[in-house]
Amino acid sequence: MSTIAAGPSDREEKAFAPAYDPEFLKLLYRRMVAIRRFDEKAGELFLAGELPGFVHLYVGEEAIAVGVCANLTETDYITSTHRGHGHCIAKGAQIDRMMAEIFGKRTGYCKGKGGSMHIADFSIGMLGANGVVGGGYNLAVGAALAAKMRKTGQVAVCFFGDGASNRGTFHEALNMAAVWKLPVVFVNENNQWASTTPYQTTTAVRDIADRAAGYGMPGTVVDGNNVFAVYEAAKAAIERARLGGGPALIEAKTYRIKGHFVGDPEMYRTKAEVQEQLAKNDPLKNFVKQVTEAGWLRQEELEAIQAEIAGVIAQAVDEARQAPYPESSELYAGLYAQSEVR
Amino acid sequence: MREITFSEATLEAMAEEMTRDDRVFLMGEDIARQGGIFGQFKGLPQQFGLERIRDTPISETAIIGAGVGAALAGMRPVVDMHFVDFITIAMDEVVNQMAKIRYMFGGQCTVPIVLRAPDGMVRSAAAQHSQSLEAWFLHVPGLQVVIPSNPADAKGLLKSAIRSDNPVLYFEHKVLFKMKGPVPEGDHLVPIGKAKISRSGKDVTIVSYSLMMQVALEAAEELAKQGIEAEVIDLRTISPLDEETIFSSVRKTKRLVIVHEAVKTGGVGAEIAARVAEEMIDYLDAPIRRLGAPFVPIPFSPALEKLVKISAADVVRTVREICC
Repeated sequence: MSTIAAGPSDREEKAFAPAYDPEFLKLLYRRMVAIRRFDEKAGELFLAGELPGFVHLYVGEEAIAVGVCANLTETDYITSTHRGHGHCIAKGAQIDRMMAEIFGKRTGYCKGKGGSMHIADFSIGMLGANGVVGGGYNLAVGAALAAKMRKTGQVAVCFFGDGASNRGTFHEALNMAAVWKLPVVFVNENNQWASTTPYQTTTAVRDIADRAAGYGMPGTVVDGNNVFAVYEAAKAAIERARLGGGPALIEAKTYRIKGHFVGDPEMYRTKAEVQEQLAKNDPLKNFVKQVTEAGWLRQEELEAIQAEIAGVIAQAVDEARQAPYPESSELYAGLYAQSEVR
Repeated sequence: MREITFSEATLEAMAEEMTRDDRVFLMGEDIARQGGIFGQFKGLPQQFGLERIRDTPISETAIIGAGVGAALAGMRPVVDMHFVDFITIAMDEVVNQMAKIRYMFGGQCTVPIVLRAPDGMVRSAAAQHSQSLEAWFLHVPGLQVVIPSNPADAKGLLKSAIRSDNPVLYFEHKVLFKMKGPVPEGDHLVPIGKAKISRSGKDVTIVSYSLMMQVALEAAEELAKQGIEAEVIDLRTISPLDEETIFSSVRKTKRLVIVHEAVKTGGVGAEIAARVAEEMIDYLDAPIRRLGAPFVPIPFSPALEKLVKISAADVVRTVREICC
């Protein structure tokens, strides 16, 4: 079992009360480290020629998926993007099945039919990464509509990038969600780059969150490199949505540390710019600094998590390498559902 | 059997399926308060309420996309496109999302959605409100496409579409809404993927669907008077194509004519002609002929619009060319 769930506690009781439960803090860290290591490994494997297709890394944006999803239950829904590994892990997906999928193996989540851009786990409400920029908004709106009509109390979260904020689907989805007061939260990951094009050259407003006013919903800007800031903002929006308050828009400001895809020559920016961002805005470093300085977690506890994740990733890679490819007889499997008339 | 209109038949199918399964709901533009631009939804809001019969903003990507999302979350939405021409606005939702989601996620989910799309020429609606676009979707794996020609099939295919766990595009010709015909009461289901032999004959096979079935049957009447017995096949489903029914008829008649209102180039007729040519050219005694609209947008003026419509006389002439 390689799901990144809360592990058993080996922590001694402390005399002070931290702002967050230590087990919760470990869960946040475990998931952020898992995303970082998974994607670093994916990049390495791709460059070594082991992965087909193309791969978009979530490195540097971990705090957003993890901070948001820490507010969700297993039955809540998320829709994701082409840069979706982080959303999967944050929602509780299994590392080994994700790894097998990006290798194109039949043991993967999608039996090798999807790959890096199309990982989904419907059993935990992860309605799929999406190869179409801006393709996820309306799926989230529909899932929220289903939740509202069936009065299940579920919430849907739609992750999307700054580039996607300029798709027409943004407008149609936010308006429909607002006019129907649907339990959906739109989480913008403003990583400053739409593929190779800088944010400010494509978007007239400084903050995408400003657009929320046009749909009659609250819009909030948060530091996307601070998992606690993201967690708190998402908590407010998700609780409000769950109680029938309608949709909200959160803009999490971050920076895309890696290229648009693995192998991107990155002719459009300098290495110095990336290094500078990484030095001051790495969400993992931010987390470690904050929890150790406050005495919420000890260095050994963090190191134990790092070691645990390293093991999980290494095992997932070994298993994925050894797993079989799909058989040619599986080409048509899953195209149509068989139960024509029920 | 009692006779009702095509429109009433679809209404009956909707009401029966919504009563049977509370996951079924309907959304689209002008459907609840107005009852649909062709009256095809009249009475449903009174019976099922505005939660389940939802008027939407003019937002085609959201209508279809949210339909797909709701289907993924356990509902069985029926969405209305107003006019098939507007499906173009939401092609990503239809082609990249609705059609792909089940397969690309390894069969983890089903996408039980029905997309209803009134199509075809009526009263000089001109270039952007008159098209027949069914062939586009035959080209997309993952979709099912049905297209009834009469009230009984309208009911039976709609009920089957709603119960299908696959995404189904349901094309309904605007002229057909007023057509009256016998329709079985209660659970009348027409299977998806099965064509129907509407008239038996031995001399030529005419394959058609939707409104053009009336033209094909009228032509068959006339041909019979002239001593040519045409077998007329109503496809009813465009995808998956019922090859078996077409092939066995052509094996018998050795001649094939395909008739549709859509543009001939790249149309459903092209696919059928290609499959017959590939699989059974040795059976054919004459070239396959296709009748479809010329390669031009639908013009407004009645004087021009009539030039792009296929008539029974066109069908008779074409059949005679290959039979006589």
